[in-house]
Amino acid sequence: MINFEYIRTSTAKAAVDAKTKNKAAQFIAGGTNLVDLMKKGVTAPQRLIDINALPLKEITNDSRGVSIGALVPNSVAAENKLVMEKHPLLSMALNAGASAQLRNMATVGGNIMQRTRCPYFYDITMPCNKRQPQSGCGAMDGYNRMHAIFGASDKCIAVHPSDMCVALAALNATVIVNTTKGEKKIAFVDFHRLPGDTPELDNNLAAGELITAVHIPANHFNKSYYLKVRDRLSYAFALVSVAVALEVNDGVIKSASIAMGGVAHKAWRLTEVEKYLIGKGTTANVFKDAAEIGLKDAKTYQHNAYKVKLGKSAIVEALTKATS
Amino acid sequence: MTQSAIIIFLRQAEGLNLIHILISMNTHNKNDGRRDFLKKSTALAALAIASPAIIKAGENDENIAAWFEKVPLELEINGQAYKLSVEPRVTLLDLLREQLGLTGTKKGCDHGQCGCCTVHVDGKRINSCLSLAVMNHGKKVTTIEGLAKGEELHPMQEAFMKHDGFQCGYCTPGQIMSAIGCIREGHANTAEDVREYMSGNICRCGAYPNIVDAIMEVKNGGKTV
Repeated sequence: MINFEYIRTSTAKAAVDAKTKNKAAQFIAGGTNLVDLMKKGVTAPQRLIDINALPLKEITNDSRGVSIGALVPNSVAAENKLVMEKHPLLSMALNAGASAQLRNMATVGGNIMQRTRCPYFYDITMPCNKRQPQSGCGAMDGYNRMHAIFGASDKCIAVHPSDMCVALAALNATVIVNTTKGEKKIAFVDFHRLPGDTPELDNNLAAGELITAVHIPANHFNKSYYLKVRDRLSYAFALVSVAVALEVNDGVIKSASIAMGGVAHKAWRLTEVEKYLIGKGTTANVFKDAAEIGLKDAKTYQHNAYKVKLGKSAIVEALTKATS
Repeated sequence: MTQSAIIIFLRQAEGLNLIHILISMNTHNKNDGRRDFLKKSTALAALAIASPAIIKAGENDENIAAWFEKVPLELEINGQAYKLSVEPRVTLLDLLREQLGLTGTKKGCDHGQCGCCTVHVDGKRINSCLSLAVMNHGKKVTTIEGLAKGEELHPMQEAFMKHDGFQCGYCTPGQIMSAIGCIREGHANTAEDVREYMSGNICRCGAYPNIVDAIMEVKNGGKTV
């Protein structure tokens, strides 16, 4: 690992100021992704700003919803009573990610900021437009079994690896950000971006901005489920995943929110499916139609066409599990 | 140890006199085994203690710490307090193994994918390969060496031996540290739970059924781990 300067900060303002002053600096929280990337030579920050002492470790609740501090470890968020009671979908998604050790280290803010696990991004001997703009995409004609089926571009077909983010997208969360000019809020679905011509940018956070919390609004969902399909039963990234949140009264779906993971550069909301489901019953035929609508615009590559069939089955299974 | 030199010099930086301590060393003794070397280097590392004033400065002033090539670090490992000076890029795992001679914690993949390097920090199990040592300032670390009380093994160590919870033994320190965490977290109520919450520890010999048996026995034995 290339050595770097290391500083500790104790306030959000000091952290943002330090980052604004030095463009080659990066924040470090849990470090589970960043340290790995630095070991691989994918990234080499000139300075690390340790934000672990910042007071961003609270989980609070009021009439508007639940706020989770950016430095709350994934394991703490997953097992927090408020989260489990108000947003069991988030708890399920968090527990589906990584391992117990990594969840103890990884923070909520860091989870949002983690980079893709595309092997061409990680292998510095391969071309990758995300790692090195204009160098090409190794995955496009390579072994793209894990890659995107929605929203990709001819520059990048990587997927966002998070489980937590899929749940947050489905739960209409908001990302709270600290900037030099004060606080700002970004709707979760607008936080991450599609690769387009600039896949080096994972999200819409500007230089120097720091995530301080995630807010999940109160909702009326009474049925939810997070289904993750992977190569082994635990401790693997998703091939596809589905987060389902429904409000069901007397067997009729009043509102629905569905997002998929492992299929795009960001958590992928299935808005057409959501519209279709409203007013429908919770029957196998409805779920099957929903799955067809959900995957109809998928674009596949040489090795990932299986994700269409798998994605449909996963949607049916997640809806079935949520409502049974 | 045939050569060691301590160079202390002053550096003027932003109007502050900073004592900068470098220790260079060159160790070549054919009679020294690898472990002996690591343990001797521990004694040397203990010399690399910056003055308390500088440690304080490093803690509180964001601007000063960045000037150090080595960062002051205080932490407690297996009940013993350490005052160290480490490069920021050194992981907790490398600090334990390479600088402090605590070679019980193993390096497997070095990328957070195998769990060999599992230790407890402030009572929580973590992958020490993905944690920079300097991020553990002021924390309490427990490694496999810290479990036994003298000759008396920890119940989890006893159970792994009784149930043959290993073959080659390389993943075992990580498995044991993780297993203790698994029980403490309340995730060892069923064998299925144990399999899920121990998934961060890979055993290439495939001793999984015996590992699960060992953990369930300790859990059901009711002793505090």
